[in-house]
Amino acid sequence: MEETFTYRLWRYDGAQGELIPLLQSAQEHFGYIPRRAIKYISAVTGIPEAAIYGVITFYSQFRLQPMGRFVIRVCDGTACHVSSSRMLIDAIQDELSIEVGGTTADGLFTLTTVACLGCCSLAPVMMIGDETHGRLTPASVRRILKDVRRKAAEAPSESPKPACGVNP
Amino acid sequence: MKKLVVGMGTCGLSAGAQASYDRLRELSQGSECGLSITGCIGMCFREPLVEIREEGRRVIYGEVTPERASEIWNRHVLGGELVSDWVAASWSGGEAGGSERDFLALQKRIVLRNCGIIDPESIGEYEEQGGYSALRKVLFDMTPAEVIEEVKASGLRGRGGAGFPTGLKWSFAAASPGTVKYLVCNADEGDPGAFMDRSVLESDPHAVLEGMIIAARAIGTGHGYIYCRAEYPLAIRRLETALAAARGRGYLGGDILGSGLSFDIRIKQGAGAFVCGEETALFASIEGERGMPRIRPPFPAEKGLWQKPTNNNNVETYANVPWIITNGAAAYAAIGTENSRGTKVFALAGRVARGGLAEVPMGMSINDLVMGIGGGIKGGRTFKAVQMGGPSGGCIPASLGETPVDFENIPKTGAIMGSGGMVVLDDTTCMVEIARFFLEFTQNESCGKCTFCRIGTLRMLEALERITRGEGRAEDITLLEDLAGKIKEASLCALGQTAPNPVLSTLRYFRNEYETHILEHRCPAGSCLALVEFRIDPGKCTGCTLCARNCPVAAISGERGKTHLIDTAKCVKCGRCLSSCNFSAVLKA
Ligand SMILES: Cc1cc2nc3c(=O)[nH]c(=O)nc-3n(C[C@H](O)[C@H](O)[C@H](O)COP(=O)(O)O)c2cc1C
Ligand code: FES
Repeated sequence: MEETFTYRLWRYDGAQGELIPLLQSAQEHFGYIPRRAIKYISAVTGIPEAAIYGVITFYSQFRLQPMGRFVIRVCDGTACHVSSSRMLIDAIQDELSIEVGGTTADGLFTLTTVACLGCCSLAPVMMIGDETHGRLTPASVRRILKDVRRKAAEAPSESPKPACGVNP
Repeated sequence: MKKLVVGMGTCGLSAGAQASYDRLRELSQGSECGLSITGCIGMCFREPLVEIREEGRRVIYGEVTPERASEIWNRHVLGGELVSDWVAASWSGGEAGGSERDFLALQKRIVLRNCGIIDPESIGEYEEQGGYSALRKVLFDMTPAEVIEEVKASGLRGRGGAGFPTGLKWSFAAASPGTVKYLVCNADEGDPGAFMDRSVLESDPHAVLEGMIIAARAIGTGHGYIYCRAEYPLAIRRLETALAAARGRGYLGGDILGSGLSFDIRIKQGAGAFVCGEETALFASIEGERGMPRIRPPFPAEKGLWQKPTNNNNVETYANVPWIITNGAAAYAAIGTENSRGTKVFALAGRVARGGLAEVPMGMSINDLVMGIGGGIKGGRTFKAVQMGGPSGGCIPASLGETPVDFENIPKTGAIMGSGGMVVLDDTTCMVEIARFFLEFTQNESCGKCTFCRIGTLRMLEALERITRGEGRAEDITLLEDLAGKIKEASLCALGQTAPNPVLSTLRYFRNEYETHILEHRCPAGSCLALVEFRIDPGKCTGCTLCARNCPVAAISGERGKTHLIDTAKCVKCGRCLSSCNFSAVLKA
């Protein structure tokens, strides 16, 4: 699962069922799925671009736009929902001035929601990159965001940690 | 000789177990005391957990921050003293203690037999607990037909939601003609509020692998897939480690243990689509397509993955199998109720005091689960209902708390067993809003194939949104009931067929809440933003001005350092003041 996108493409031998793993590694490589990756995959596998596009848009994991350096995934599963996850989302939207699905102007954060991260007993929960934070309140969320922002300013060159779902 | 064991499941890690582990590693360096990791023991509400094992005694400490870790090291490990304030559970000379004693004592652990006990990354520790001995028995002392008979006799039913008898399912796949067959493990666990499968995969991956290899022998297949959702990176990592170790020991691959059976397993990652938990959609997804359900028949046992005979079971179903083979079908069938044998793992979450994983004999009452094991409601509030079965399920009111939890009795209430997610609701939860929440979920996750599922759920969602905004119409309840019936009838897969359940069950038990929203424009639980008023608690307000600065319509007034006031006439109830206040001074009611 740790091969790079180009290696996977090169190794492709016509085996069935490789499209989704290829798209997953493209997204890991580029941070999203750029047009040219769709072209490469289509050329190598012979699957029409339109069909690939159809698969990409079906699965919520795939993105056609670049994402911020830190992907925030706020859980809005049942347990988190009844523990006021909506207030966390409001607080983040307010703190970062973006809507769900949006990316901050400085390219630092992308805000998404997800239905259940499987940590329901620590609800409400969110992930920033591959770190899970539990037992949150609007105030603690704002604090965490400020922390991440400060650390990012201190270490601008450090490469972003990929978000879990993107990281095969 | 003492040994320290740190709980490092996703729940432990997100509560900060890594830092505690690092601290203990530093401290234990050069000492005789061992240090290892384990998965989740189920007490997620006390994470991070650290256990100390020594001759004749086991002690589990809760909420172990690095600071507590140091103190426990000094006082318990070096000083031999029990730090009783932090003990979650302990066993000493057959005597159980600790504040969460009941949580574990009321359980019967079969699936979770090794969870929180062994190091999930060590195949040796699994073997020490008797792991892979069931496989040897199956390979060398039993015929495939005997294995199927044994599973049938145990009464095991699928734990993925539908409760189909597992032995019977295996016999179909075994009887299906063809040399190429597939075995699939459904680890997509999409129900929000369910995390049993994640825990099992993270804490005891070999139990699932062993169950799968036994199934492969019984059915006669060489290729297995585990379809795991991508939101579970740690489960995937531990599965990969386990697969490599099992191959190394000759439990997977060609000619397994010299028995002539060849079988291997590949992991496929989901890509974020709830409907892919439905088995035919799951097959489409493994094949690299849009995950759309397929028409049945043909059933998977005839034509499943790649159009070949396929057997698909849930994670927990497979994890039961080695225990059944080792201990015998009769021992398993002796647990539980007439038609629901054995145990079931439940994920307790929501407003319950002790949120975590619990495995109990089938037939335990909801009250025993929520009040006994779960310790009642958080913050001493009132138990209102429990949501079971996720978006396909329903809400069971507290008044039916004596209902036994099994495949017969839960459906009678209008909910379903589902995969085992139990979200506990208290008096602050609005039942219309919960129904709206689930409809929004299924609306989003509908693959779009069936018109009623795609459009019908949207119309229902619109009606529910109207009602929660206080704009509900008198005829909306009839509209909801009418649409519900049609969607159930005209949808191809269970996603659509069950989508109206959350609405129907809340209408059945909490119809008055719908009516209060529609007729009186009031939300009895004080949860629907549009129907509540915001106020500032003068006792808590510090006059920091943050809410006033955040208010988009300038409805909040007050000088710095003085109590602020919300002008309810101007207020648009966006809730920003509430979410911005650092002192919990904004109230809604
Ligand atoms: C919309 C939908 C989602 C489902 N999600 C899951 C799931 O996440 N995990 C699972 O094991 N079964 C899920 N199922 C049930 C599967 O289709 C299938 O019945 C099950 O995996 C069979 O395994 P079992 O016999 O061991 O229960 C889902 C079904 C539907 C209709
Ligand atoms: S509902 Fe949020 S982690 Fe499960």
